[in-house]
Amino acid sequence: MSKSIAIDIEALGKRYRLGETVDLARNFRETLMGLPRYFKHKAARATKRLAQQISGAAEAGAAARRDEFWALQDINLQIAEGEVIGIIGRNGAGKSTLLKILSRITPPTTGRAQITGRLSSLLEVGTGFHPELTGRENIFLNGAILGMRKAEITRKFDEIVAFAETEKFLDTPVKRYSSGMRVRLAFAVAAHLEPEILVIDEVIAVGDFDFQIKCIRRMQHLANEGRTVLFVSHNMGVLRHFCRTGVVLVQGRVAFVGPIEDAVDRYVSSAHADHHEDIDLTAHPNRLPGAKPVFTKMRTLVEGRPGTITSMGGPIDFEVDYESPRPLRGFRIGVIIRDLNEQVIVNFSPSHQCPDKLNEAPAKGTIRCHIPAFNLMAGTYRVEIGCADNDGELDRIPDVSEMTIIEKDVFGTGRIPNQHHGIIYLPSQWSTSWETAWTPCRL
Amino acid sequence: MNQELHTTTIEPPRGLLNLNWTELWHYRELLWFLSWRDIKIKYKQTLLGFLWAIIVPLVNMVIFGTIFGGVAGIEAYGLNSYLSYLAVLVPWHYFANSLTMSSQSMVQNSEMLTKIYFPRLFSPMSALISNLVDLVIGIGILLVAMAVFGVLPAATAIFLPLWILIVMLTALGTGLFFSALNVRYRDVRHMIPFLVQIWMYVTVLFPFGKILARWGMKGYICAINPMVGAVEGFRWLLMHNAMTNPATAQPFSQVLLLNAIGAPVLVTMLLVGLYYFKRTERVFADIV
Repeated sequence: MSKSIAIDIEALGKRYRLGETVDLARNFRETLMGLPRYFKHKAARATKRLAQQISGAAEAGAAARRDEFWALQDINLQIAEGEVIGIIGRNGAGKSTLLKILSRITPPTTGRAQITGRLSSLLEVGTGFHPELTGRENIFLNGAILGMRKAEITRKFDEIVAFAETEKFLDTPVKRYSSGMRVRLAFAVAAHLEPEILVIDEVIAVGDFDFQIKCIRRMQHLANEGRTVLFVSHNMGVLRHFCRTGVVLVQGRVAFVGPIEDAVDRYVSSAHADHHEDIDLTAHPNRLPGAKPVFTKMRTLVEGRPGTITSMGGPIDFEVDYESPRPLRGFRIGVIIRDLNEQVIVNFSPSHQCPDKLNEAPAKGTIRCHIPAFNLMAGTYRVEIGCADNDGELDRIPDVSEMTIIEKDVFGTGRIPNQHHGIIYLPSQWSTSWETAWTPCRL
Repeated sequence: MNQELHTTTIEPPRGLLNLNWTELWHYRELLWFLSWRDIKIKYKQTLLGFLWAIIVPLVNMVIFGTIFGGVAGIEAYGLNSYLSYLAVLVPWHYFANSLTMSSQSMVQNSEMLTKIYFPRLFSPMSALISNLVDLVIGIGILLVAMAVFGVLPAATAIFLPLWILIVMLTALGTGLFFSALNVRYRDVRHMIPFLVQIWMYVTVLFPFGKILARWGMKGYICAINPMVGAVEGFRWLLMHNAMTNPATAQPFSQVLLLNAIGAPVLVTMLLVGLYYFKRTERVFADIV
């Protein structure tokens, strides 16, 4: 029997009007104040269109449509039943938009998608949890919101509770739960959905180590049962592990569909290709309010080339340009790497290694931080930069950029350490008492 | 792996109302769960809990009965003014609470709306259903109060559900409209208390008999507010056998006429509310 199509996507597109999402007026006054601008804008558009008709210039049309933004454009995909597919792309490539359309949270602007079977999405676990309700009540409420029938929830209730390991607190309001318990309960409900199609967006990394393993097993179990799974993750290791097929999205379009290995390679090279430029920091949206804008530009070099994606253990350089009205006495700078759960992984600062290096910094300059081996596990990390001088804190930009580390056989054994073995890996030497001459294991 | 596989087609939205009845039916359990949640959390962490559903109408009854009935001397169809005011305040409170809650519902549930799909109509609708608990309590108090004042409920009281439905539909039409408007403009939150207050005065303050006596037939203009017909009907159905003085008793034809005038307005409100809600529904997740 030939496999039937679970998801059939034809020429799907989603357009956002700038201003509709970003600075939509939230009260009448603003709308009223905005009206003259709106009409002026309309008039300008009409004039442009008229000019276009007269001169016949195609360029003018493009200019008139500059306030529109296509998050997705001309997506054509056919996903067979039982396929486990990974969706790869940089932030803003349209992954979330695609998942949102498929889970009917937002409608498409063009095209269509046909879905055969029940689709459940785990866009974020714990959706609809109410802090005032007890664990028991929340299991029912959350299950119903995720699309389960009451009878189904009742049937799986004990299983869910056992999975979440929260038996003792079933009749306690969820607001008294620790965040770990809450996440476990939420994931337990979601993991017991049995839809034909499952959409997963970065929910694997929840809870502590043991629970994460449990989650992965559960997901694998669901996938092995012949369910169609759409998986979005920044963790190439998890994607490789889980998926057979990969779809690479670049700027709202499908750039590649094929075996997951090739898709990951394609993603890495495309990321290199479109990441030449420096990050402009003069007006960075994530700058901490109240910070003095001292940083002007930043570059990340991976293995000597500009980029933000690299293999495990590769060398990385952070280069930061700064400019200040006066020379900076006692200048200090720091680069902080966090994981997606905001956990600080490592902090690079000259303050420990060479405390006096930046003491007499000129008003303008460039500082480079070279890390010979970036020994983090595969995954996505957030980069934060900050600086201070003798007068106190100057500039700080949390989430200035993102780093993606890809799996690599760093020990040459085919055994790759991953996030379940910790946050970082360090080469270590091993020897035993029963070997002659304490021969160390290779490094 | 499953028996019949349901096919969903996702397309750019078109059409004016496109209500998907099968889908609403399919998700019906969720409507119940959302209502149940609203009931559960309404009086959580309050000292008096459900007593509030008793206190509010009683206090209002005392205020209205004393000030407007006693001091201002407004009396309705020869009824005890406390009783007469309580009879209209009970359905009114249901309406006011439902409208206030449903107009907030979309914004309050925004976290869910941006992450999970379910029929969005259920969000404001659950407010209407959960408030029914308070309405039932209110009717209970009304019956007790009637017993205290020695008034037996009329047999016509069995038609009360029909008038409750009128109240519900009025709340639904306005609730849908304002819940959608609230997604765009948070001004709605500040506006609703005003609106409810003004609406209350034009609905419950003067019994229609007084208006008719003062303005004559022109008084029927006030029936374009569907809530007038609703509360007048509510009172009549329960208490018309206590309107013993034929000179002041309210004829049923008057109640019917009030509702007949209100009905087309009610239908229009429902359609406008539903239309605006469905139209905004498409972009909820993008603008909320």
